[in-house]
Amino acid sequence: MQNKENNKKEGTNRRKFLKLGLMSSVTALAGTSLVSNLSENAEEPKSSDEKIRLLTPDGKMVEVDAAHVNKYPEAHISSDESRKGIPNRKFVMVIDLARCKNARKCVEGCQKAHKLDYNEEFMKVQLIQDNPEASPYWLPKPCFHCDEPPCVTVCPTGATFKRTDGIVLVDNDRCIGCKFCITSCPYSARQFNWGHKDKFDDKSQPYSPETSVPAAEGTVMKCDFCPDMLRQGKLPHCASSCPMGVIYFGDKNEDIVTNGEETVRFSELIKDRGGYRHLEHLGTKPNVYYLPAVNRQFPLERGFNVDEDIIERYKDVPFVQDLKKQGKI
Amino acid sequence: MDVKNRKRELVKEFLPLLEKTTKTSKIWIGILIATILVGFYAFIIQVIKGHEVTGMRDNVVWGIYIINFIFFVCLSYSGAFISGILHFFKTPWKNSVARIVEIITVLSLIIGPIFILLCIGRLDRLHYLFLYPRIQSPITWDIIAIMTDLVGCFIYLYLTFIPDFAILRDNSKKASKWRQKTYKFLAIGYQDTDSQRAKLHKITRTMSAMVIALAIVAYSVLAWIFSLTLQPGWNSSIFAPYFIVAGLYSGVAVIIIAMYLIRKYYHLEHYIRKVHFMAAGAILLIISLLYGYFTFSEYFSRWFSHKVHDTNLLNTLFTRYFWMFIFANYIGVLVPIVILFFKKLRTIKSITIVAIISIIGLWFNRYLIIVPTLETPYLPIQDTRPEFIHYTATWVEWVLSFTGVATFILLFILIMKLVPIIPMSGIIDNERLYKRKLKPTTKN
Repeated sequence: MQNKENNKKEGTNRRKFLKLGLMSSVTALAGTSLVSNLSENAEEPKSSDEKIRLLTPDGKMVEVDAAHVNKYPEAHISSDESRKGIPNRKFVMVIDLARCKNARKCVEGCQKAHKLDYNEEFMKVQLIQDNPEASPYWLPKPCFHCDEPPCVTVCPTGATFKRTDGIVLVDNDRCIGCKFCITSCPYSARQFNWGHKDKFDDKSQPYSPETSVPAAEGTVMKCDFCPDMLRQGKLPHCASSCPMGVIYFGDKNEDIVTNGEETVRFSELIKDRGGYRHLEHLGTKPNVYYLPAVNRQFPLERGFNVDEDIIERYKDVPFVQDLKKQGKI
Repeated sequence: MDVKNRKRELVKEFLPLLEKTTKTSKIWIGILIATILVGFYAFIIQVIKGHEVTGMRDNVVWGIYIINFIFFVCLSYSGAFISGILHFFKTPWKNSVARIVEIITVLSLIIGPIFILLCIGRLDRLHYLFLYPRIQSPITWDIIAIMTDLVGCFIYLYLTFIPDFAILRDNSKKASKWRQKTYKFLAIGYQDTDSQRAKLHKITRTMSAMVIALAIVAYSVLAWIFSLTLQPGWNSSIFAPYFIVAGLYSGVAVIIIAMYLIRKYYHLEHYIRKVHFMAAGAILLIISLLYGYFTFSEYFSRWFSHKVHDTNLLNTLFTRYFWMFIFANYIGVLVPIVILFFKKLRTIKSITIVAIISIIGLWFNRYLIIVPTLETPYLPIQDTRPEFIHYTATWVEWVLSFTGVATFILLFILIMKLVPIIPMSGIIDNERLYKRKLKPTTKN
């Protein structure tokens, strides 16, 4: 018990620290994109009298015209920039299976942010029963952002790439739609845009591989770990929209992860709770870890409080078949 | 003088085949062109509406386009392989079939890659493959291999055409003007002098060896596209040799069918004889044994070691795809073996029927390698949309597949209108050899 309290205390301290760390990185990056924005907009000399002081990534103070400042969150990360990754970061996600009750808020939050349709899910919640005797559990499944990504190896044009911060992204301006990455991903994390949709034409938000919006016909898309949020020091949409705090996200270099409520040491969390990676034997070295579904906070059946259509997805799971036989669903 | 007369005779014999088009062949050409037009319509629909019109979805992202791609490319590689061997070892009876094999090689290598293009979501960005190439990707290897092979096979085919172009140029004074001009252009001044002939033979022989090597490399790379992934049904170390054997299997079968049809419709019984069918049948027997052995090893080890994901795949194969599996891997292998094994059962007709069975069986075998694997990924498919769970090819895909076959046959017929399907130069070479062998005996 005492240990736990200690953990929590340390947790809150850690959280502050993480926030600070992420914020400082944001300022640094804001600097870079500001400078590049300045050079891009050089031909529009709409100068105002107001000057603003800014800190550049290498620590120099510069004064720029206020009219030239592109306020950060709206700053556009170009395809070239998005290939670099956020310096000194190594992003990692930990999903606590003991707390998931298939509320699907992560799915919805992700869909809203990435302008996905009802059936398009970067984050999927699967019902897994490892064997007929085993207790089934809900498995939220994003892209695992592997350290040995098979999808990246097979891409013939470099449209999908691995960044220094561990994130695997897709540049849909570069993708030729050969689908080889989809067949080589053992986790079925990737989706293809089979036909044209009106939302592809909505150019109000300029395309960036970091937001995956707007998607494009005939190209591949997948979970991107929301680098646009990370640059602002915020959690990815799935983590921030989960009411149960199932999804922890953080930086392996700093050894901290947070679900928005508590902040903990990544290594301790994995050690204490028996964290594992899915299908470890494939050697893809995922950056998404799972905490096994022990001492659950909710009975599994709570997860069936969703649309009929969604329940129907799980019809092949032995447990669901039993439930159906008993007339419970 | 003797040779010149003989050439004239041969041209007299073969020119009608080139120039005259019978009513039945006109009807056939009409049907083929109609099929191609429908295919063109289907292609336009696919371009406008996107890949939504196909049966492919997020789980089964590759469908019968890829299967046709493998099928045609493997036809080509096996053609190259066989014709290379025929030339390299100077097989005595090769002359009558050599050109059929060479034409199959080149044509299928043109048709095959078209199918992979149909599979690509953004055809408008195809040049990115060269703008931003990544050498790590097996697709890049495949592009390099196929392009090299295509160039190699084209050169090889052309080399074997040159002497015939020269003969036709010298002896077709009555033929239409465009024909004379084409032959003159294509013969590139070949006069069939002894030194020219020796040079051409040497180059052709070198090319025939290179074409064999190219075929092995290129086909292995194609197999690696699948076997280098982690998918349960694909990640197999025997895929490359398995694909090569399977390729030879379908290649020999297509050659037999082509021989049968050409012999029948062009009345070439004098050139394409029973001995050709018997020899091809014997080769098909050997390859079918090999192919059956590879197929058995592939599935047997999966079944015996029964890893979960392999078991899932086998369950799918033996439930949803039961009859296809039986046809592809039992009937498609065992029936040819049985018929070809007994000498009494080997007739021209039975060998041709066996060839048809083995081709269909092999196509289904490819289907079973591609589709069920994609339907049973590591993480179970949990979806309610039927088209995302199982793959069924749509009419667009079928039409385009048949268009591929139709284009293949049409181009074959058109090439047969340009050069005689039996190499005239080969006939003369054979007669020359025969005479040389006779001379010493007459002297004694």
